[in-house]
Amino acid sequence: MDSYIDIKVRVWRQAGPKAQGHFETYELKHVFQGASFLEMIDILNEQLISEHKDPIAFDHDCREGICGMCSMYVNGHPHGPDSAITTCQLHMRKFHDGETITVEPWRSRAFPVIKDLMVDRQAYDKIMQAGGFVSVNTGGVPDANAIPIPKPIADEAMDAASCIGCGACAAACKNGSAMLFVAAKVSQLNLLPQGKAEKHQRAKAMLQKMDELGFGNCTNTGACAAECPKQVSLTHIARLNRDFIGAKFCD
Amino acid sequence: MWLKDSSIGRKLVMSITGTFLVLFLLFHGTMNLCLVIDDIFGTTAYNWICSMLGANWYAIIGTLIIALAVVVHFAYAIVLTIQNRRARGNDRYAVEARQEGVDWASKNMLALGIIVLGFIVLHLYNFWFKMQFAELTGIHTSMFDPHDGSTIVKALFTDGWCGIVYCLLYIVWLCALWFHLSHGVWSALQTMGLSNTKWLARIKVIGTVVATLTVGLFMVVILYFLGVNIGQMCA
Amino acid sequence: MTNTEELLAAAKEVAGKVKDTVQAVKGAVQDVKETVLEVKEAVQQETAKQANIITPKMAKIPEGALEKKWTNYKDHQKLVNPANKRRLDVIVVGTGLAGASAAATLAELGFNVLNFCIQDSPRRAHSIAAQGGINAAKNYQNDGDSVYRLYYDTIKGGDYRAREANVYRLAEVSNNIIDQCVAQGVPFAREYGGLLDNRSFGGAQVSRTFYAKGQTGQQLLLGAYSALSRQIGKGKVKMYNRHEMLDIVMIKDENGEERARGIIARNLVTGRIERFFGHAVVVASGGYGNTFFLSTNAMASNGSAAMQMYRHGAYFANPCYAQIHPTCIPKHGDFQSKLTLMSESLRNDGRIWVPKKLEDAKKLQRGEIKGRDIPEEDRDYYLERRYPAFGNLVPRDVASRAAKERCDAGYGVNNTGLAVFLDFSEAIQRLGKDVVAQKYGNLFQMYEKIVDENPYENPMMIFPAIHYTMGGIWVDYELQTSVKGLFCIGEANFSDHGANRLGASALMQGLADGYFVLPYTIQNYLADQIGVARMSTDRPEFEAAEKAVQDKIDRLMKIQGKRSVDSIHKELGLIMWDFVGMGRTAESLKKAVEKINALKKEFWSNVYIPGKADSLNNELEKALRLADFLEIGKLMAIDALNREESCGGHFREEYQTEEGEALRQDDKFSYVACWKYMGEDKDPVLIKEPLDYEFTERKTRNYKN
Repeated sequence: MDSYIDIKVRVWRQAGPKAQGHFETYELKHVFQGASFLEMIDILNEQLISEHKDPIAFDHDCREGICGMCSMYVNGHPHGPDSAITTCQLHMRKFHDGETITVEPWRSRAFPVIKDLMVDRQAYDKIMQAGGFVSVNTGGVPDANAIPIPKPIADEAMDAASCIGCGACAAACKNGSAMLFVAAKVSQLNLLPQGKAEKHQRAKAMLQKMDELGFGNCTNTGACAAECPKQVSLTHIARLNRDFIGAKFCD
Repeated sequence: MWLKDSSIGRKLVMSITGTFLVLFLLFHGTMNLCLVIDDIFGTTAYNWICSMLGANWYAIIGTLIIALAVVVHFAYAIVLTIQNRRARGNDRYAVEARQEGVDWASKNMLALGIIVLGFIVLHLYNFWFKMQFAELTGIHTSMFDPHDGSTIVKALFTDGWCGIVYCLLYIVWLCALWFHLSHGVWSALQTMGLSNTKWLARIKVIGTVVATLTVGLFMVVILYFLGVNIGQMCA
Repeated sequence: MTNTEELLAAAKEVAGKVKDTVQAVKGAVQDVKETVLEVKEAVQQETAKQANIITPKMAKIPEGALEKKWTNYKDHQKLVNPANKRRLDVIVVGTGLAGASAAATLAELGFNVLNFCIQDSPRRAHSIAAQGGINAAKNYQNDGDSVYRLYYDTIKGGDYRAREANVYRLAEVSNNIIDQCVAQGVPFAREYGGLLDNRSFGGAQVSRTFYAKGQTGQQLLLGAYSALSRQIGKGKVKMYNRHEMLDIVMIKDENGEERARGIIARNLVTGRIERFFGHAVVVASGGYGNTFFLSTNAMASNGSAAMQMYRHGAYFANPCYAQIHPTCIPKHGDFQSKLTLMSESLRNDGRIWVPKKLEDAKKLQRGEIKGRDIPEEDRDYYLERRYPAFGNLVPRDVASRAAKERCDAGYGVNNTGLAVFLDFSEAIQRLGKDVVAQKYGNLFQMYEKIVDENPYENPMMIFPAIHYTMGGIWVDYELQTSVKGLFCIGEANFSDHGANRLGASALMQGLADGYFVLPYTIQNYLADQIGVARMSTDRPEFEAAEKAVQDKIDRLMKIQGKRSVDSIHKELGLIMWDFVGMGRTAESLKKAVEKINALKKEFWSNVYIPGKADSLNNELEKALRLADFLEIGKLMAIDALNREESCGGHFREEYQTEEGEALRQDDKFSYVACWKYMGEDKDPVLIKEPLDYEFTERKTRNYKN
C-alpha cells in the first residue's frame, strides 16, 4: 500500500555545457509513493522555486513512456531501478523512507550535457538522417497489400521498431556505443521487403555515422538490452553485424 | 580499410583472431591430454606430436600465425578500450548498479585478457622457450633435451613445493581464461552475425561449453600432475 | 436587271447589317446579364461578409458532386514548376504526423523547408502517444466498407458539425496513407497469410482500423520522421530542434494585403530570439487540451501557436469542442502532472460498472472494501443498461458523460469518488486469463505500474479526461486560414471531426493533411508568389515583431510575484474542468469567464519566473504558454456559451432529452462558430460558416437500439 516517505535527492547540477558540474542534495518530505518519479522532481522544483532557487532542468514530455524524451540515470540505472519502463513511468513506491536517491544525466561523449539533467541527443537524429529510412517519396507507391509479409517477420520488425530513441542504451553501455539504437532501426527496415533494396547501403551509412559521431565500439556486454525500456533484443545487433559485413564483402 | 576504420570491422578482427586462438587452445589442450595418457600408460604420444611440430616449416608458419593472432588480438583490444573509454566521456557515473543479465566477465575483458597474456609469457618461458625455440635456435637453456617435452612439463609441475606453486598459478590462469572465453566465444559469434532470436540463447550455451571444454582440457593435466606431485611429496 | 441586282445587293447588305446589329445587341445583353450575375454574386459575398457569414465560395469549396470535388480541385489548381519551387521557402511549425509529413513531402517536391519543433528531436511530437490505430476505407476485410461509409461514419460521429467536402476528401485519401506508410516500412500488424490485419473501433460497424501493436501513433510518426530525416540529410529541410515559435511575421504585399512571411522563434537552449523568413507559413502545432492542465496531452503540448495565428486575424473555430476520453487512469493527488490514457480497445471486452447501492459506493470510497467484494446483483452496468444496442462500445462522449452522471450521483468508486470500474472478470472467465493477457497484457502491465494494483484480480478504475480538441484555427478547403499565406494542419485546425472525433481518426487526419492535401493546395497559393524574392529578416516588420516578443518576455520576467506558473495553471485547469468541462450551463460558463478574467489578472501581477530570459528557462517557456492558455480558456467558455445546444463533445445541460441525451438544435446552430480577434481584452466577433448539408441527411445519433 502506498504511503508517504521522506527522501533525499542527490542531483547533478551543471549550469551549462562547459560549466563544471557537481552534486547537490535536497531534502524532500512527505512524498506520496503513488507519485511518479518526475512528479517528485516537479514537487522538488516547486520547492526550489518557492525558495527562489533555479529549478532542475530535465527533459520530459509525454509522461507515458513513449516519446523517449525523459533521460535520467537514477541510482545507477538509466530510467531507474525498474525494468521495461522509462523514468516517467517509474513510481516512488520503488524507493523507501529515508533513502538518498542519486540522479545523474546520461553520460556519454556523444550526448553532451546542456544543463543539469538535460543532454543533447541530436547524434541519434544524425544517424537516422544517414540512412534510417526507405527512399520513397510521397505518392506513387504500390497497394499496401501488394507484398505479403510473413507475420513472424512483421512481428520482429515491430519489436525492433519499438525503440523510442531515448538514449538509454548508449548511456548504459560501458563503451558508450549506440549499437542497439542503430541495430534496431537497421533491423526493422532490413527485415521488411520494402527496406531490403537499400539493406547494404543503410547498414554502412548508419554505422559509419555512428562511428563518426564518437560513439564507442560494441563489445556485446548486453547492458543496452538489459536497460532498454522497450526491451529491444541483442539479436538485432547480430543482424546489423551480418548486414554490414555482408555489405563490405560485396563492395 | 573497414577492418580498421569501422567499429564492426574492428570487432570482426577481434572475433576472428579470438576464434582462431580458441581453436588453437582446443588443439593444444587435446595434445596436452597425451601427457597424462603417456604418464599412466608409458606411451610417448606427446613427444611424437612435439616432434611433428618441432622445427618443421609448417610448424614455424603455424607458430608465426598464432603469434600474429595474439599480437593483433591484443593490439586491437588496447585500441578498442582506449576508444571506448573516450566514448564514455569525461564525467563518470557516481553510482553504477549491476545490470540484470550482464556478465561480470563482459565488462572486464581487457583485465582478464592481460592476466591470460601474462601467463602466456610465463608459459612460453617455461616450455616453448625450452622446446621449439631451443630446437630452432640451438640455444639450450635447460638441462632437458628439447625433444623430450613430456619430461620438461612433468619436471616443472612435479617439482615439490615449486611444482605446487606452478600448478596454482596455472589454475589462476585457467580461471581467468574461462571467464575470458565465457564471454569471448559467444560474443565472437554474435559479432560475426551468427545469432538470431532462436540462436542467441544457443550461442551463449555454445560459448560456455567451449570455454569449459578448453579450460577443462588444460585443467585435467594440471590437476593430474598436482596429484602426482602431492603423492610424491607425501611418499 | 441591273436594277434588280443592285436592289438585291442593297437588300442583302441591309440584311447583313441588321444581322450584325442584332448579334451585337445579343452580345451586349449577354454581357449585361453576366455583369449583373457578377454584381449579384459580389453583393452576395459582400452581404455575407457584412453579416459575418462565410459562404462555401469563400471557403473555396469546389463545385460539383461530393465525390468529384477533390478531383476537380486537383485538376484545376495552379502548380509551381520545379525551377520555381527551389526559390520558395516554406516554414513548417511542428513535427507531429501533420507537420513532419508535410515538411517531408514539400521538400520531396522541391521546396526549401524550414521545420521547427520544441522537443529535442522531431520524433518526439505527441502524435507518438496514439495507441489504437488509424482508419482507412481499404475494405480488406470484405465487410462492406467504402470511402462513402468512412465519410458517413465520420460525419455522423462528429454529430453533423463538420464540412462535408473536407470529410469526404479525408475518407478518399485515407487509403493512400496506408499504402504510403507500408512503403516507408511501418510495421503494421499482419495476419499469418502476410496481409494486413484490422481491428474495430467505436462508432463503426466495419473493421477498418490498421494498427501496430499498441504503438500505432509512434510507428506512423517514425515513418514520417524517417521521410523527414531523409530530406534533412539531403539538405532540403533545415531542422530547428528546441525552437518555439513566439510570433508570426506579417508583411504587406504591393496591394496592401497582409501576408504571413515568417516567424519569430525562441531558441530554447540559448534563450535567443531568432527570425526566419518563409514565403508561406504552415502551422501544425497540435491541440490545446492542456488548457485543462490535466489531460492526456504531453507536458509541452500547447495552444500558443494557435493564439498567435488568432491574434493576426485567423479565426478560431469551435473552440468549445473538446473531446473527453472515457478510459483514463483516475487522478491520484494534487501533485499529478498528467493523466494516462488506457486504450479504447479495452472496452471491447471490459464491462463498465458502479455499485447499485450508495452504501457500497461509500465503503469503496473509504477503502473498506474492494470492487471484487461486491456481488454481481449489486453491480450497475450502467452503459449496458442505458444503451442496450451499443453497450460498453458507445462513442467516447456518451461514455464519458454517463460516467460523470454516476459519479455526480455519488456512486464513484475510489477515494475521490471520481472513478468507475472497468471489469475484466467476465472476460477472464469467458476467454481465460491467457487470452485476455495476450490481447491486453501490455495495457494491464501499464496500469499495474501506475496504480500498483493487479487488474486481473480487481477491476480497473477509470475516469474521463480531456484528450483531444476538435476545435482549432479555421481553414478553408485549401487548409489556408483567414490570413493569406498562413496554413494550419492537423489537430491545430478546426479539422474534419465536427463536434466529436471517432477513435483512430486523428492519425488519419494528420497524415492526410500533411502527405496528400497541403502539398497540393499550398501550391495554389505559392504559384502566385514565385515573383516574390526572399526577404531579409532585417526588415522593419521582423524588427517590430521581435521587439513585441521581447517586450512580452520582459514584462513577464519583471513581475517577480509569489506564485509559480504551475500553481496558476492548475487553478485554470480546475476552473475549466468544473465550469467548462463535461456538463456546461450558461451559469457555469459565465462564472468561468469571470474566474478566468480574475486569474489572468493574478497571473500578470503575481507570477514568479526564476532565472534569466536569455538562457534555458523552462519556467519562462511555461509562463508564455500559460498566458495563452488563459485566453483559450476564456474563448472556450465564450464559444460554449454561444452554442445553445448539445452536440458531440459539447454538452449543455439545458439542452438534453428527457433521458439525458444530447439535444442538437440544427435549425439554429448548424454552423461553424469562427471567432475573430478584435484586440486585447475586447470581445471577439462571431463569424458563421453555415453547414448546409447537401449530400447527407442529418439524424439524431442513437446508440440505444
